[in-house]
Amino acid sequence: MADTTLTEGAAGAPARKPFPLAGVAVPLLALALLAYPFVFRLPFQHNLMILVFLYASLGQAWNILGGYAGQSSLGHAAFFGVGAYASSLLLVKFGIVPWVGMLAGGLVAVALSLLIGYPSFRLKGHYFVIATIVLAEIIYILFTNWPFAGGAEGLFLPLLPEGVVNFEFHSSKIPYYYIIFAILAVVTTVVFFVERSKLGFYFRAIREDPDAARSLGIDITRYKLIAMALSAFFTGVCGTFYAQFVLFIEPNNSLNFMLSVLIMLIPVFGGSGTLWGPILGAFILIPLSEFTRVYLSGAGRAIDLTLYGLLIMLVAIFEPRGLWAVVTRFRSRETLKWRFWKSQV
Amino acid sequence: MLDGTIIAQTLLSGVLIGFIYALVAVGLTLIYGVMDIVNFAHGEFLMLSMYVVFWLYALAGLDPMVSLPISVAVMFVVGVVTHKLVVRPVLRAPMSAQIFVTFGLMVFMRNGAQFLWSPNYRLIQTPLVAGRLELFGLFVGKPQLVAALGALITTGLVFWFLKRTETGRTLQAVAEDQDAAALMGINPDRTFMLAWGIGAACVGVAGALLANYYYIFPTVGNTFVLMAFVAVALGGFGSVPGALLAGVIIGVVEVLTGLFISPAFKNITAYVLYMVVVLVRPRGLLGEW
Repeated sequence: MADTTLTEGAAGAPARKPFPLAGVAVPLLALALLAYPFVFRLPFQHNLMILVFLYASLGQAWNILGGYAGQSSLGHAAFFGVGAYASSLLLVKFGIVPWVGMLAGGLVAVALSLLIGYPSFRLKGHYFVIATIVLAEIIYILFTNWPFAGGAEGLFLPLLPEGVVNFEFHSSKIPYYYIIFAILAVVTTVVFFVERSKLGFYFRAIREDPDAARSLGIDITRYKLIAMALSAFFTGVCGTFYAQFVLFIEPNNSLNFMLSVLIMLIPVFGGSGTLWGPILGAFILIPLSEFTRVYLSGAGRAIDLTLYGLLIMLVAIFEPRGLWAVVTRFRSRETLKWRFWKSQV
Repeated sequence: MLDGTIIAQTLLSGVLIGFIYALVAVGLTLIYGVMDIVNFAHGEFLMLSMYVVFWLYALAGLDPMVSLPISVAVMFVVGVVTHKLVVRPVLRAPMSAQIFVTFGLMVFMRNGAQFLWSPNYRLIQTPLVAGRLELFGLFVGKPQLVAALGALITTGLVFWFLKRTETGRTLQAVAEDQDAAALMGINPDRTFMLAWGIGAACVGVAGALLANYYYIFPTVGNTFVLMAFVAVALGGFGSVPGALLAGVIIGVVEVLTGLFISPAFKNITAYVLYMVVVLVRPRGLLGEW
């Protein structure tokens, strides 16, 4: 199949080769981000970008299921949480290095996702959304009451000598920066290839019209489960990263319902079902959150989340396809102008 | 230790809280039945009405029972405004936009409340309705009893309104077939507004009744709305009697889990019940619309 149809989600107008995003902008942006920690040296600046990458990765992972396959999950905190708990428990109780724990965390999240997905994928629309909320809530309650996993008090991870093997860095946050950057790069690459593969077409077919997809011979449940498993795996991996980053986990920081909301909000705001939407969303929303926290109020006043709520309402009303759709529309108009001027010369 | 009195006492408290779940669920099911939209901000409506009552008490010295009509009026307006500003623009949008918009409203209201009024737990210290009664050897808190009766009466009123009044029938007609109703001269938009107004007014009642004895905090709506989701699914999406029945069932199941298994797990059984119902009998117990 010719790949001329693949200019992602171009809005209307003949968007022929707009700005060479993939060829020029992406490598430039990647280089800039690789150099970032040495240009901006404050721990706050490192911390900010680590959070941006973390949420971009989470949003990208959600995007596979919620954006491409069209199954809006509001229980992704469950996958994040079990990923965090799996590696932490392996480390605390059995002394297993977090890198193995990270793989284990991802796999446990996959197992959980299949367990959750198998029954709930028979549900549509609101029924499915509520099912994911309710199931994640069950996981939250179970972990809160599971003494082995620290219960409501949570788990402190042991302070080990810093280094790549132990996945702990105390003197500088820069290693965390590169690790989460790598995770984001991997998830985004996976999404890039999924988008262009048969899998991606199946996902979109299921999103646009499940009945038509089924009548064309697509095994809907199977492909929804594949989307769910991929999505859960990376969410679980992010959970492990988070646990190693903050070295403390409890149900409220890793399984909380508001975390599920945030994971959904970032790609929806940026543009779900697009490659760059979740990254754009994280780059806008996370700094917004950090700066409002610093400049407008102390911690715990939740003004950032209040703003998020407002933003998501505005996006849903004015551009349900998210901010990236605005960008692509702008880009295609730019090319039209560009072609106009070229024709004048 | 686990004698009949304790079980009876537990069942009674389950039924009493069940009526409140039912009333919250009635508002939800009404909006869902008429326009096929789940109001994810419904719990936040409840929270808002409790704060309305609280501030009327704290600033003007009004008792919750006195400010109940004010709460109802305020919530009716909140419902109508929500429809006009937030829901109507996405009526023709894809399903995901409809989910996200009420979700955004939920996030906005919950955190806005935390921003304005802090996450502190507040309580109305000296309500008019206080103390407890002894009925057939069982103790009942008066506020709980009043709340349950109030919820039951309100649910009955909503049911009567839907079945016996002209306007109520227009709601049913729009729920049945929006286009056909429009051809009969019913204005669907006005009907949607009414459904939102009444749906929100229901939690206006519930909030005022709960404020008599329940703590008031920004996330108070969460448990109630999750229970209401379960009740709506169990009772049958769109069914008022179903919501009532299901609310009571959930209240009872919840307290029995608390008694026999552990209070920590009391919500889990309700959640499991949701999964079982939507998978095994998606129509619910009394699904009609």
